[in-house]
Amino acid sequence: MQTKGRKYFLNGVTWAILLILTFLFLIPILWVIGSSFKSTGELFSWPPSLIGKNPSFSNYQKALEEGHFGIYFFNTVFTSVTATFLTIVVNVMSGYAFAKYRFKGDKILFGIVLATLMIPLEVIMIPIFKVIVATGLYNSLWGLIIPAVASPTAVFLVRQYYVGIPDAYMEAARIDGASETSILMRIMLPLAKPVISVLCIFSFMWRWNDYLWPKLVINSKERYTIQLALANYSGEYSVDWNSLLAMSVISMIPVIIVFVTLQSHIIGGMTAGGVKE
Amino acid sequence: MRKFERNVFPYLLLAPTLIIFGLFLFFPAVNGLWISLTKWDGINPQVFVGIQNYIKLFSDRGFWNSFLRTIFFTGVSVPLVYVSAMGLALLLSGARKGNDFFRAVFYWPTMISSIIVGLTWRFLLGEEFGVINYLLTVMGHSPVKWLTDQNYSMGVVIFVTAWSMSGYYMVMFISGIKAISETYYEAARIDGAGFYHQFRYITLPLLKPTSLLVLVLSTVTIIKTYPLVYALTQGGPAGATKFMVQTIQETGFEKNQMGYASAMTMILFVLLAMFTVIQFKVNKGGEQDAD
Repeated sequence: MQTKGRKYFLNGVTWAILLILTFLFLIPILWVIGSSFKSTGELFSWPPSLIGKNPSFSNYQKALEEGHFGIYFFNTVFTSVTATFLTIVVNVMSGYAFAKYRFKGDKILFGIVLATLMIPLEVIMIPIFKVIVATGLYNSLWGLIIPAVASPTAVFLVRQYYVGIPDAYMEAARIDGASETSILMRIMLPLAKPVISVLCIFSFMWRWNDYLWPKLVINSKERYTIQLALANYSGEYSVDWNSLLAMSVISMIPVIIVFVTLQSHIIGGMTAGGVKE
Repeated sequence: MRKFERNVFPYLLLAPTLIIFGLFLFFPAVNGLWISLTKWDGINPQVFVGIQNYIKLFSDRGFWNSFLRTIFFTGVSVPLVYVSAMGLALLLSGARKGNDFFRAVFYWPTMISSIIVGLTWRFLLGEEFGVINYLLTVMGHSPVKWLTDQNYSMGVVIFVTAWSMSGYYMVMFISGIKAISETYYEAARIDGAGFYHQFRYITLPLLKPTSLLVLVLSTVTIIKTYPLVYALTQGGPAGATKFMVQTIQETGFEKNQMGYASAMTMILFVLLAMFTVIQFKVNKGGEQDAD
């Protein structure tokens, strides 16, 4: 039998565990953010302090002026935004087709989409490089954008969403004489707002944070994305932590904004696609 | 006319997806097999060498070491991620005040890039300047070479992997736990079952589908670990944390042995394919998120 005292005790223990874990999950990033305001001397002096005695933006200034950080930032924004837009266009088209039309070979084609799950980028690093070079996409931002625009995950998400929308909408529009294109553009597309916003978030975050594609496709410094630049700077013999920390913090800003504003949506959206019993 | 439009339209909708998959996935996949049968430096013409790359591969100690290292790393990390994700979910599945906040906190590391996760911990664990070694010295211990001592680096990589991934699978477990009807627990409580028994005989068995999915997805993801380690230890010290993807990348693009690296990717492919097949079986046709 549980007594009241024991219940309070258990509750207290749970809270204590949660607080310790919060510390473990939150402090590392806060420490990085705080340290990005320190001078070189303070960065490496013991005892360390959270933001240093004279916090300043000099690290940020240095990263912007000496490094090509502005260019990396532009490259990353351009790549992420364009790729997200194209990802939505391409996958809404195919997901909608699989959900709402019966056509010759639909099962086989869907099987082909499924089969792409068997081929992660890591497995085709070498031959994809060959294709990228042959198509003239090597060392271009379009080479980052186009090859990964179609995604099986996105096709499933969209298909699943449209399966839940009644065909009656389409039938009614057809009787009124609407073309297939205008049914999609005027009726079905606006209905898909929830799934499009989920796709938007995940596609943008993935592109923003991606490392392997840029590593394979991009060669010259002027085309670096932020992640590629961070990784390359951190690989140098003597790491310039001042610039590196400032760059890391700037690159986290969009992520923080997305996370804070859409936090419940993101975690809810993940479960909505959810696990079937 | 109308009928014709309706017959052609779906193919037009599918065209971009299929062209991209064909050109950037299926063609490379088949081509990779061909490349693995050639000697190729990435610039000069390929020379067909038959199965020579594979023969060489089977006696390549460096490769098999990185293969076994990957298996070991995955074998330890997956259970750790599983247990911590499940633990977090159990702590947070109730309707306690503040649970939304904690959920967000634990999910947060999964949002930042692997590169930044790696750099963050590299900064915290720095041998001479890291705050963790400072805290150790304050407590009277001597500083530890977290990233440059072979005895510690693997443990650090495993810990950071679990730190950065647990929140993602926690969310899956929470939705799985929420789907379990409250009546089971009520009945159990009436029978006098404590927390442990409720977990052992209700939560765990009913979470089996979620568990399987989490295990498979995390395994596939962890086997492919590369950016995180690159930012954290660069695969060092002396290759102690160098896993398969990094080995392949270096062989192909730094040593310019594209044919040989392609043969290596076939091993990786087989390894990943085994788990992907299980994944298909688990979620009956892959309606589930893949990455």
